[in-house]
Amino acid sequence: MNDLTKLTLKQALDGMNSKEFTSQDITKSHIDAMAEFKGLNAYITETPELAMEQAKASDERRAKGEVGLLEGAPIAMKDLFCTQGVRTTAASNILNNFVPEYTSTVAQNMFDQGMVMLGKTNLDEFAMGSANITSNFGNVINPWKRNSDDKDLVPGGSSGGSSAAVSARIALAATGTDTGGSIRQPAAFTGITGIKPTYGRCSRWGVVAFASSLDQPGSFARTVEDNAIMLQAMAGYDAKDSTSINKPVPNYMAAMTGDIRGLKVGVPKEYRMDGMSDEIAKIWQDGVDWLKDAGAEIVDISLPHTKYALASYYVIAPAECSSNLARYDGVRYGLRVEGDNLDDMYEKTRAAGFGDEVKRRILIGTYVLSAGFYDAYYNKARKVRKLIHQDFVNAYQKCDVILTPTAPSGAFAIGENNDDPITMYLNDVFTVPASMAGMPGISIPAGLSNDGLPLGLQLLGRPFDEETIFKTAGVMEKAANFIAEPSMVFEKAA
Amino acid sequence: MSIDKETVAKIAKLARIKVEDNELEKLSVELSETMSWIEQLSEVDTDGVEPLTSVVDMDLYKRADEVTDGGIRDKIVANSPESAEGFFVVNKIVE
Repeated sequence: MNDLTKLTLKQALDGMNSKEFTSQDITKSHIDAMAEFKGLNAYITETPELAMEQAKASDERRAKGEVGLLEGAPIAMKDLFCTQGVRTTAASNILNNFVPEYTSTVAQNMFDQGMVMLGKTNLDEFAMGSANITSNFGNVINPWKRNSDDKDLVPGGSSGGSSAAVSARIALAATGTDTGGSIRQPAAFTGITGIKPTYGRCSRWGVVAFASSLDQPGSFARTVEDNAIMLQAMAGYDAKDSTSINKPVPNYMAAMTGDIRGLKVGVPKEYRMDGMSDEIAKIWQDGVDWLKDAGAEIVDISLPHTKYALASYYVIAPAECSSNLARYDGVRYGLRVEGDNLDDMYEKTRAAGFGDEVKRRILIGTYVLSAGFYDAYYNKARKVRKLIHQDFVNAYQKCDVILTPTAPSGAFAIGENNDDPITMYLNDVFTVPASMAGMPGISIPAGLSNDGLPLGLQLLGRPFDEETIFKTAGVMEKAANFIAEPSMVFEKAA
Repeated sequence: MSIDKETVAKIAKLARIKVEDNELEKLSVELSETMSWIEQLSEVDTDGVEPLTSVVDMDLYKRADEVTDGGIRDKIVANSPESAEGFFVVNKIVE
């Protein structure tokens, strides 16, 4: 039998439909591959026995003609989604021993559609980071290597375990969450496709919260079509999330018509930043050319407040995180370090439970929300956020989608870009503005850097118009014809 | 914008995170750098701009005020570091 881990999600579903192989076959292949690539540290918790049980149950359902959208497909779950009976850590020491009594809505939707869950993937602690180097469970290693040296590279973050797993072919697809770029940037760094849908499209219920006005679940897979299948299964209204939107979920696969004639593609001049590398500029121009060749019209647009998106994000996200993470108090769940009195217990528990980056963000958030600074920082940042949102509203008067690079560079080595927190924050310069505006976005692999690493292009769309994103991304994917594989996966086959 | 060691100690207390004296200096430098970078927001003219509170233009849903869940006490305390007879156990807080 051919290596079933090399299939796309769509091919895997088709193969099970035509009885070429069973869910148990393809699940077993993935479990074997997970053992082989354990060194990537992509999973915090692997659940092979559970996966085989689920695969068996799926095969039985299929035999009875019950076939869900993800029927029998082995998929990885970011360890931020609560899963009943399976430890959920948010990559933090403070949730080291947390076994949820309930399942998040998104994970439940996927189980209802027949998903087989392989395990819980690693991430930056509480999804705070852009390189997956803040996890309490160790760094995740990118399956890709650059030509110039053999150093271990980061898989992007925060959903670095999910991106590495899909890239290394140890999951057909994976869930992620995106607060400021945590799906799109890791997808770009690992040569795969990832979509952050519109804020409100997927339920946040049961997802460990970071910054609630920004957090949004989404997916990773190796093709645009596979992401359409994933989002179809994940999305939908949920009364348990007060910002979930009660709109019907369209048929995303059907949206991929391949016809973008007359589509207006906006290219924002503010994203052409000083110091942009030639290879990023080139890949961006390739994207423009591909869409133009397919009959789209290119429109110059302006998003004038782009420059201020990161700074306002680093007020709003820490403010919300300081409030959300107040719940970790050593009383109801998670770690407890005993103290002389209640306050002492709280302080010792939180000092031992949170890592450095999480602490920094809680402290910044506490500062900008404290008396005397609330207006100067928090309200100021929310006003700037309003202007950023308005920029997108204005831009979508002139265009249907927006094309930009996903990140300012390809993957870097573990330890690089680590001189100070702000250097790391700059990774998200192209992804944060759309997060601040709640707009949907996808990253697709568009080519290789001079050093042999994947580079991504980002397409942003109007709110709740993921259909146009899938349609446009599908055209771009075909033109880009990105067939490179990480060397370790390629060598495995050889 | 400079955040001195006293301010770090004060916000750490507000956030209920124990910070040792020998950690204050490093945090003071890091947080000051971040806040100085955030200062760039003051360049933006926001006169007359309403702060954005939600990116989705919607009213919160309402439902009838009735009990729809409950009876799951044991599940609620299942992950507690210390519980007794269905209660969370904490340090003595009343002398």
